[in-house]
Amino acid sequence: MEAEAAALLGKYIGAGMACTAMGGAGVGVGHVVGNYLSGALRNPAAAKEQTATLFLGIAFAEALGIFGFLIAMLLMFAV
Amino acid sequence: MASSEASEGGLSIHPMEQFEVKPLFGHGDLGLLTITNSTLWMALVLAAASALFILGMQGRALVPTRIQSIAEILYGFVRQMVTDVMGEEGVKFFPYIFTLFVFILFSNLLGLIPYSFTTTSHIAVTGVLALLVFGTVITLGLIKNGAKFLKLFWIDAAPLGLRPILAVIELISFFVRPLSHSIRLAGNMMAGHAVLKVFAAFVPALSVFGVLPLAMMVAMTGLEVLVACVQAYIFAILTCIYLNDALHPGH
Repeated sequence: MEAEAAALLGKYIGAGMACTAMGGAGVGVGHVVGNYLSGALRNPAAAKEQTATLFLGIAFAEALGIFGFLIAMLLMFAV
Repeated sequence: MASSEASEGGLSIHPMEQFEVKPLFGHGDLGLLTITNSTLWMALVLAAASALFILGMQGRALVPTRIQSIAEILYGFVRQMVTDVMGEEGVKFFPYIFTLFVFILFSNLLGLIPYSFTTTSHIAVTGVLALLVFGTVITLGLIKNGAKFLKLFWIDAAPLGLRPILAVIELISFFVRPLSHSIRLAGNMMAGHAVLKVFAAFVPALSVFGVLPLAMMVAMTGLEVLVACVQAYIFAILTCIYLNDALHPGH
């Protein structure tokens, strides 16, 4: 019983810790968009061609956060 | 999964319940050919996409009607994306990428209807889509370039001593692609819908002040529409980029 309770506790703590990955993803996405914006305001003519790259950068930065979210989901509902 | 959350202060939030795959008829076990809610919504996605393009292009008017404009804009948008990333050579993959884009876009958008089921929120669905892309990239790359395809991992621009290390990193990142490709879509869809569900549970719990989370939900739904479109776009453009690796492994 004790071990089971400890396992449950660890599961929830682990799920919570895995969610900090989303914070990193937030920083990353903010960084990408912020830099895009500062570049775009300096040279608005070139900004439009780079929107595809912008979304790609967002996607890659976000993916790692989503991995953390997935781990949290796995801990909560699958393990 | 429900019992642990229901005990917290009388608030019962079941954000993951909406993703449950259930048989449409009866309560039996899920077999290979059981018709589930996932099957139903996938069929609806196909019906909606077919309806848009069949009805939209029926008139073939020179001055397009509204529905024809939507079909034409979608077509032109994806076509532009394919030629931008892969060049004229990539146009033969346009039907594949367009199919992927439209299927994902429609299932994301239909999933936003309340009480509907988002097929793309399941890794089983997006995983198959991503593995198909991955398989296509490998077979195409090996058929088209032979052993030269492996140059993708051996980067000539780097110093010789670094190349083996880079090769290992590139190899790992290559094989993680189907994973990240599928989880990005499924995770985004699942997270968005779970957040909406959690906020929805606040509305009745706060009685009069429930208007606040309700307003928040309306705004959030708008954001989800954007996410649904952006994720379909990202899935399609990443497919283009991966296929471009197979076509031109040198870069």
